[in-house]
Amino acid sequence: MNDIQSYLVVASILFSLGVFAVITKRNAIAILMGIELILNAANINFIAFNRFGGMDRLDGHVFAIFVIVLAAAEAAVALAIIINLFKSIGTVDVDQANELRG
Amino acid sequence: MSSLFFLFLVVMIITSAVMVVISSQLIHSAVALLFTLFGVAGLYVFLYADFMAATQVIIYVGGILVLIIFGVMLTNKINTPSTVSSSANQIIGFLASSFLLLLQFAVIFKTDWPEQVFDESWGTGSTAKIGNLLLQDYLLAFEVISILLLAALIGSAFLSRRSS
Repeated sequence: MNDIQSYLVVASILFSLGVFAVITKRNAIAILMGIELILNAANINFIAFNRFGGMDRLDGHVFAIFVIVLAAAEAAVALAIIINLFKSIGTVDVDQANELRG
Repeated sequence: MSSLFFLFLVVMIITSAVMVVISSQLIHSAVALLFTLFGVAGLYVFLYADFMAATQVIIYVGGILVLIIFGVMLTNKINTPSTVSSSANQIIGFLASSFLLLLQFAVIFKTDWPEQVFDESWGTGSTAKIGNLLLQDYLLAFEVISILLLAALIGSAFLSRRSS
């Protein structure tokens, strides 16, 4: 817990699980959860490097705040799109969303 | 004692993240994601990032996760008993993600990380420092991202309105 490797290992496992979810899931909301896992892994890396990188400023925390804001905006817009998709084609399976016309 | 707690946090994060990925019921995935996000907040506490831990709990657990659960509820037909999230491309996904994992492990364990510096000022809380950074060095980025958040919220409300 006092070395950077343990945090990086946790973050890389979270990242790989998120990539696995994004590739394999067919439900759009499950893909969104995978993206949240990836963003959390990035945040752990930002804060761990800020802690162990020998800096006396907290720039990594500010970057992590920006990542959280982007995640919130992305989740709001993505869920609006998913609900519209459900209203128009009756499912949230991304394999069946194969036309751009609404 | 604290290292035991750290180990507990890591095990909780990884098992619940695996549950998020492998669970076939979407609502179970959402509940497992709750534990993952709480565990990440605990990791932030270990990294002396008190403000980030509070932000993680408030925004992720209180905001984004509730939004996701609303999404699960709204995109679920009443007559289907449960939302089943089926999977595809299992082999390709496993190969790609395990390749990425091994690549990251190789980088993490082969790199010669610098010795850790114990700085006394780390114990004094991070909120004031983050506030100073946000309103001095990162003022432009702060304003731009606030406008982005406003635009995203208005846009999502516009997208999901009931069409007349």
